[in-house]
Amino acid sequence: MNRLTYIGIAIAAVVVLAAIFASVIATHDYNAQDLLLRYASPSSDHWFGTDALGRDVFSRVVWGARISLEVGITVVTVSTVIGTVLGAIAGFYGGLVDKILAGYVFNVFLAFPGLLLAIALVAFLGTGLGKLILALCVIGWVGYARVMRGQVLKIREYDYVQAARALGASNMRILFTHILPNAIQPLIVQASLGMAGAVLSEASLSFLGLGVPSVPSWGTMIEEARGFDVLYNSPHVLLFPSLAIALTVLAFNFLGDGLREYLDPKQRAR
Amino acid sequence: MLLVIWTVVSLVTLLIELVPGDPATVILGETATREQIENFNLKHGLDRPAFFFSYTSESGLKWNGGENRYADYWIGLLHGDLGTSFRTDRPVRDMIFERYPATIKLAAAAMLIAIAIAIPLGVVAGTHKNKFIDNVASFVALLGISLPTFVVGPFLVYLFAVQMRIFSPTGSAHPEDIVLPAVTLGAALSAILTRMVRSSVIEELGEDYVRTARAKGLSERMVVYKHVLKNGLIPVVTILGLQLGVLLAGSIITERIFNWQGLGLLLLEDGIGKRDYRLVQGCVLVISVTFIVANSLTDLVYRRLDPRIRVG
Repeated sequence: MNRLTYIGIAIAAVVVLAAIFASVIATHDYNAQDLLLRYASPSSDHWFGTDALGRDVFSRVVWGARISLEVGITVVTVSTVIGTVLGAIAGFYGGLVDKILAGYVFNVFLAFPGLLLAIALVAFLGTGLGKLILALCVIGWVGYARVMRGQVLKIREYDYVQAARALGASNMRILFTHILPNAIQPLIVQASLGMAGAVLSEASLSFLGLGVPSVPSWGTMIEEARGFDVLYNSPHVLLFPSLAIALTVLAFNFLGDGLREYLDPKQRAR
Repeated sequence: MLLVIWTVVSLVTLLIELVPGDPATVILGETATREQIENFNLKHGLDRPAFFFSYTSESGLKWNGGENRYADYWIGLLHGDLGTSFRTDRPVRDMIFERYPATIKLAAAAMLIAIAIAIPLGVVAGTHKNKFIDNVASFVALLGISLPTFVVGPFLVYLFAVQMRIFSPTGSAHPEDIVLPAVTLGAALSAILTRMVRSSVIEELGEDYVRTARAKGLSERMVVYKHVLKNGLIPVVTILGLQLGVLLAGSIITERIFNWQGLGLLLLEDGIGKRDYRLVQGCVLVISVTFIVANSLTDLVYRRLDPRIRVG
């Protein structure tokens, strides 16, 4: 693994720790307002300064890690499970099943540009943690399904699968004990990159005012701090949540890229 | 493709059924009289059943006939009618096509900027594989992919509008106002393209025709720009088409940052902000269909560019 991968692991670890121990690490209540201390510069009391309502930016950034990872992990887990099952079914059974799933269902979900479907879903359903996760899963699963289908299509032709079939193994047994364990590697890479994507999507929706109301999210903080006078007088309010989201996404991308090289012996040998 | 378009339109059509409770109450407020609500529902066809059949636990499956909202929306669509805005009573089609050109302009500018950055950077990185300059270019590219639009945008505003005062922070009054939004929107795309061009150039440099070109004494410059780039750009075209969707969705965020009066801002402020569900439907529909059509066009261009695919 190269140096960037280790940097990725280190940053991701910091974010995970911040999310788990947010209540211990945060120096202030993330919602406590101090209207006499609006837009304060970073100091020993407020490490990252304060925002428009005098709230402690450091504490809000720390708590922001929790909502980010909460959404990210849930979305990646659910999307991976749904994508794996549907992708495996499409690849394994082939024929009409594959035509319907890969030729039609996958394409419908790929036909919506990026975040648009998630934005539309939240716009109609209303905001909330559950609805946000649902919307991101709806747009997220198809990526995993495609990767899985490709893997299964390749692996089901391997000799050992044919051998298992010749020995009379059932379809389920072949799929779960012979194909899936060997198809999982690219999925791990996809999940790591998907984590970056999910964190980014959560922040994007929060930035657009479609996130989870009343929790400190990095996207919401950036949205609140991008006014012209805020930028002019106290850019730190924008800087810290931006750094947090950028570093987190970068970390998971590094991790995904590193894993891809590590798991692919052809690239490693180079 | 037609099947996919049909499904996408159907999904958008049925999206309005997801609204919790009754749209009329949401729009008119809790104080609306029964008569106002009935009038509103009548005007927008909300008094009709949602689909051809409905299912309730009491009456089971019930056939509603052709007089339903789903059919209404399709009939309207085929007449070029996207319905009437719940808020302004104007045709949604007019509202959308007033804003459509601004978004397309922004997306096109972003794409041009991305190409202008990515091709030279990718070629330099690819021809200097694993050297210092390649590592720098690859790192910058990864950075560009990881930095979200809503971080790049305010940062550029801070740098060029607040500190250097070269550009105005928002709006679209002057022709140069497009620069910041276009760079913001194009940043991620240029990063993705750079990586594409790089790996494409590396792959093509290993081909036999490159050895031939070098053997006949062409300068390295000619080899790269005349031969390698020509073939290496083919996969890049595909990515461009696929990335247009990301660009269109990203323009929603970019338009918000720069107050760019395009489709995204219409969707966010007039649509979602004012709960004008009919307008939201229209915007989602137009953006999606634009994306699908652009993708199909890319496919066609791709087939023309690469004779190997044309034959197969």
